[in-house]
Amino acid sequence: MESIVRFFGSKKGIFAVGLFIGVFAALLQKWGNPPNMGICVACFERDIAGALGLHRAGVVQYIRPEIIGFVIGALISALIFKEFKARVGSTPIVRFMLGFFAMIGALVFLGCPWRALLRLCGGDGNAILGLLGLAAGVAIGVSFLKSGYNLGRNQKTYKFVGWIMPLIMVGLLALLIAAPELPSGALFFSKKGPGAMHAPLIISLIIGIVIGFLAQRSRFCTMGAVRDVILMKDFHLMTGILGLLIGAFVVNIILGQFHPGFVGQAVAHNNHIWNFGGMLLAGLAFALAGGCPGRQLFLSGEGDADSAIFVVGMIAGAAFAHNFAMASSPKGVGLWGPGAVIVGVIFCIVIGFSMREKI
Amino acid sequence: MTTEPYGRLQDMKGDVIMAEKIDARGLSCPQPVINARKKMKEVGSGTIEVLVDTTTSRDNVTRMATKEGWAVDAKEEGEEIRLVLKK
Repeated sequence: MESIVRFFGSKKGIFAVGLFIGVFAALLQKWGNPPNMGICVACFERDIAGALGLHRAGVVQYIRPEIIGFVIGALISALIFKEFKARVGSTPIVRFMLGFFAMIGALVFLGCPWRALLRLCGGDGNAILGLLGLAAGVAIGVSFLKSGYNLGRNQKTYKFVGWIMPLIMVGLLALLIAAPELPSGALFFSKKGPGAMHAPLIISLIIGIVIGFLAQRSRFCTMGAVRDVILMKDFHLMTGILGLLIGAFVVNIILGQFHPGFVGQAVAHNNHIWNFGGMLLAGLAFALAGGCPGRQLFLSGEGDADSAIFVVGMIAGAAFAHNFAMASSPKGVGLWGPGAVIVGVIFCIVIGFSMREKI
Repeated sequence: MTTEPYGRLQDMKGDVIMAEKIDARGLSCPQPVINARKKMKEVGSGTIEVLVDTTTSRDNVTRMATKEGWAVDAKEEGEEIRLVLKK
């Protein structure tokens, strides 16, 4: 047990976790997931919002088992290693709004940081703009952190509170398996488009659980990787990113999934300004909330109910993004996308300035 | 070195060691690291006590402090972890 803990706490350990994620993300694409979207936390939460009928974008509706697996895997790891701790109360409404705007930024770019990396490994040059935007957003977030910004303390709470998010995931899994047809038309599953593309349920679920387990152990976080480099030149988490990039790139080359270029990339647009701007907003919101969307899922699995609120905020954000023409599509940015990014950045800056305490 | 019931550090003779204290309980990542690092830079050397309540915070503070050349001693006290940083 001790040696496992030590391994996952080491650079080798987090590199191995990143490598695993990269390899299996590329394989999930081979096994049915959308192009350059073997895993995308933002897109997959958006698909879940669609399957539940929270938005009407017919091409992006499916209950993604990977998301369920992430939370369950993190829960299993936290229980085994005695790290499950129910906690809540660190400004939940702010976390909700940060999740909300993070999702809008991600959907203007068309992907979370994980997918930005996977898009890069698939040859999509537009991902470079997204990743630069992410770094810029995180850098702004770091400047707030340095000047005393924080979300306040959480509190230990009743154990059951920590179980709510994992139980919601069990409920989603039950819905996915039962696939009821209700008078409203729910559940909504895409007949075409990215939402109709998915690996077999059991494969997605198992890979999700394993990733959730490994990521909980190693604290894998894409935003944290960038933040720690900017904040204190610590490359520990960045080693995980390197693993992901190598794993996905090599498997993409082997499977013929590497198609370099900027134009005509899968589930992507090439508006450089808003690829950058969307991810700037997402990066800033992730930095202020203390984790990328993957990390928030893993934390919600180990009992952090504030992270669970962030996830709920992201799902609500996805519904708004598609209902209010803020999400981009391969045709380009949505009518309200740029405006929403500007509003989101202003919100984050106000939060950053107003939630500072002298440290 | 031991810890008194009310939390002050003592050396082997029982004299209380003056330590800078940081209560990082309930703060989420990377706040405990930022607070500890600020204090380390402020004092330069000596003893700093950091109280955290998650293993992630323990690992992150330990990694950062070790990298900066501080010796770290971690002690679990119920739900909390007391980190003693020395340089």
